[in-house]
Amino acid sequence: MSTPQAPIARQMGALAAALRRNAWTLGLFGILGVLLVFTKIIQPTYGVTGIQGLAISVLPLTLAAVAQACAVIARGIDLSVGSMMALTSVVAASGMDGRSEGAAIVVVIGVLLLGCVLGAINGSLIVLTRVPDIVVTLAMLFVWAGCALLVLKTPGGGAADWLRDLTKGSVLSDWTPKAAVLLLAVVGVIWIPIRRSRLGLSLYAIGSDPLAAYRSGVSVTRTKIFAYMLAGLFSALGGLSLTASTGIGAPVPGPYLLLSVAAVVLGGVSLAGGRGGILGPMVAVVILSLIRTDMTFLNVDTNLATVTQGLILVGVVMIGSLIQLRRGT
Amino acid sequence: MRDAGGATTPRPRLLSAAGLLALLRERTIIPLLVMLALLVGLSEVIRPGIVSANWTGVIIRASIPLAILAGCQTITMLTGGIDLSVGAVASMSGFFVATLVGDQGLFVAILVALLLAAVVGLITGIGVGALGVHPLIMTLGMGLVVLGFANVWQVRNVQTGAGVPSQFRTLGADLTFNVVPVSLLVFVPVAILIIVGLNRTGFGRLLYAIGDNPVASRLSGARSWQVLITLYVISAVLAAIAGFLLSGLTNVASVTLADTAVLPSVAAAVIGGTSILGGRGGYGGTIVGALILTVISSILSSLGYPEAVRQILFGSIIVFVAAAYTRITSTS
Repeated sequence: MSTPQAPIARQMGALAAALRRNAWTLGLFGILGVLLVFTKIIQPTYGVTGIQGLAISVLPLTLAAVAQACAVIARGIDLSVGSMMALTSVVAASGMDGRSEGAAIVVVIGVLLLGCVLGAINGSLIVLTRVPDIVVTLAMLFVWAGCALLVLKTPGGGAADWLRDLTKGSVLSDWTPKAAVLLLAVVGVIWIPIRRSRLGLSLYAIGSDPLAAYRSGVSVTRTKIFAYMLAGLFSALGGLSLTASTGIGAPVPGPYLLLSVAAVVLGGVSLAGGRGGILGPMVAVVILSLIRTDMTFLNVDTNLATVTQGLILVGVVMIGSLIQLRRGT
Repeated sequence: MRDAGGATTPRPRLLSAAGLLALLRERTIIPLLVMLALLVGLSEVIRPGIVSANWTGVIIRASIPLAILAGCQTITMLTGGIDLSVGAVASMSGFFVATLVGDQGLFVAILVALLLAAVVGLITGIGVGALGVHPLIMTLGMGLVVLGFANVWQVRNVQTGAGVPSQFRTLGADLTFNVVPVSLLVFVPVAILIIVGLNRTGFGRLLYAIGDNPVASRLSGARSWQVLITLYVISAVLAAIAGFLLSGLTNVASVTLADTAVLPSVAAAVIGGTSILGGRGGYGGTIVGALILTVISSILSSLGYPEAVRQILFGSIIVFVAAAYTRITSTS
């Protein structure tokens, strides 16, 4: 009688462990669900258009958050995410301006490569100079923002029609906006193979304990450069999404730096590195954005929405560290 | 490679090189002053006759708010922290005084602004010190909160109008005899307080101790949470003072006035030799760092370079200087 129960118990145990491991992300999905219901209650007309607008509006910030998560998981932080987005966005916009639809494909590929190069430069500088990540990326924030201003002094340029169409409308059903599907597809195609590979494991390894990773044969320097390269790539995707949604490129970095760090922390990625995934930060971005939407529906001053975002960020981190303090002692 | 070269060089030269390195390690302010002098020389070469008493006064006047904000970064970085809320706190303080001064008078307005800043610092300090929130996150979050509240306040006061009090304009922008900035009246006491506080008081030593080795300082009886709360209150009050001067200097009362000064303030502290990892640095270097950044800005704008080049150069200098420090201080 006990033999068939043992595997079930083990499975239950494994399920419980998986649930516990992803408790934070599941909690975020729970909050998102509650928020969506709440939105529907306070604004009964909220529906397809609302969801589509939400998907388009969160696209750049979600990619910024994923970029930031890549750096933070490897125990880094990339303060230049917003600047890299601005630079890649203006390069894309000025490259596609007045060119044919076909040439735009080359531009897009070139911009993605540019993102990788920018990130690789960030990472190499950190590794070579041995200056803390935060200082190097702070400095590179200036450098990339300056380069963006050199490319385009004022917002301008253009975007290919197919790129602009990529984020508009929906596929399959009205409830699956193209922007959301595209986002999940792009992030999934890049992240899942990496996460499953040795390289992904190395990312987490140097994040949780660089010395242990080094002793077990992981090249810490190469992995770190790779982490920043990934951050650059996702920033370039974020820049492209900016160009796609506005049709132009703006050389001034948006508020993506602060919000990306906020989303990463809310998304359950530990700033100490080595813990968390990229799904959490993505959900966190949607939650933050939805809270803002709800506050406009409730006719709350939009500035109070900024206050709320700050309070949520601080509050969540405080509660998180309180829990850790309790467990530690 | 350096070692191989060193082995073939004669002994005395090696000793002097090592001695020089040791000297640089002890007194990082010397190369900074050399760099500042070179930059001033460069200004003169580029625009002969530009370096005058008046020019010096203008440069110092422009450096002072930056140097005070960089002071916030210096004292927080010594403990391994950082204060990214200084921009929001400084802007808010300047803005509050400008909106309140009409109804309440200058004294009350300043008092209210300083008190508000202290409350912000207190909350930040509790988060960092008592609850163990990462300073970067805590100050980012508080920056958002302060900016939001300042915006709400701005919307409420849009009818009443705002004006930077004339006393602030005198304090922030005037040059006595066209040379000596009046803002030195504020800056000199602040600088002396910070330097003496860091070097001569137990509180200062605690800051270094916490940044150098948090565990050891806790084991030797330092109540780091009390120190950190006090530290962030001081930092916020300093930011408010910088905000007063900045609003006077620019004659602008805006809730985003000091936002662009946040990253340069970190840069000034880093260039000045304060380690972002904590435990090493001082305010003297930071002041020179702020002067260096201001002179570079002035050179670039006198050459007619666009803002873009200034930013690229700023960034490159930070990486270069920080890398040089790491080399000098880590090879022992």
